[in-house]
Amino acid sequence: MPLFRNPGREPLWKDEFSVFTSDERYVTRRQFTKFLTLASLGMFVGNLWILVKSLFAKTSAFPIVEVADINEIPVRGVKLFTYPTSQDHCIMIRTAEEEYVAYRQKCTHLSCAVYYSAKNDRLECPCHQGFFSVKDGSVLQGPPPRPLPQITLEREGTKLHAIAVKGG
Amino acid sequence: MANLEPSKQRRGLVAIDGAMALIVILLVVQIWLLSATLETVLTGHSGAVVPAAIFSGLMFSGCLALDFFVTRVDQESRKS
Repeated sequence: MPLFRNPGREPLWKDEFSVFTSDERYVTRRQFTKFLTLASLGMFVGNLWILVKSLFAKTSAFPIVEVADINEIPVRGVKLFTYPTSQDHCIMIRTAEEEYVAYRQKCTHLSCAVYYSAKNDRLECPCHQGFFSVKDGSVLQGPPPRPLPQITLEREGTKLHAIAVKGG
Repeated sequence: MANLEPSKQRRGLVAIDGAMALIVILLVVQIWLLSATLETVLTGHSGAVVPAAIFSGLMFSGCLALDFFVTRVDQESRKS
């Protein structure tokens, strides 16, 4: 197998990365260093792309949606609803006479549905025993990496409205 | 190549190998940085995006400098 390529016979990339083993050529240290530098450029461009995408990302305005009447939920009772779209399932808990909290129902570990355990006063994911605080949705135990996104509620008379999602 | 002093050639090769190892380390860190940045952005946090882009740029500059160094050392060892 000849060590040096015959210029003009094949494009460089075909010569060095041929699909046929017998046609492969040696890559010199300088060429390999260039490949690594090009890969580094690719990583930098990737980071720049993420930067540009996040700079120009539209901040979505959340709709105001009526989710419950306060009389329909007893203390330590729950109500399931969807917000902001019909695909986003949420859970609302009446923690005290005048206290309501709501979170996305999707576990931040592997997206199982969490439920409220009144006995332990926490939100529990049955799949991998991930537990979340009812007060702020923070992780108490288990594999979930992040707190549950919280739904901001607003009371108007006896009606509760969902107005935004925090940490989603 | 046959006229080169063996020690000079060996020193050049060691320098090139060292520079290549540094480039590989920088590249691995860049790959990790890109995946970590992407994950944080997808979870809705964009605070780390600007520093990540700056550090990635610095690491690319380092790779570029090392690439120039390898080219120069290689040319010098061939000339002598």
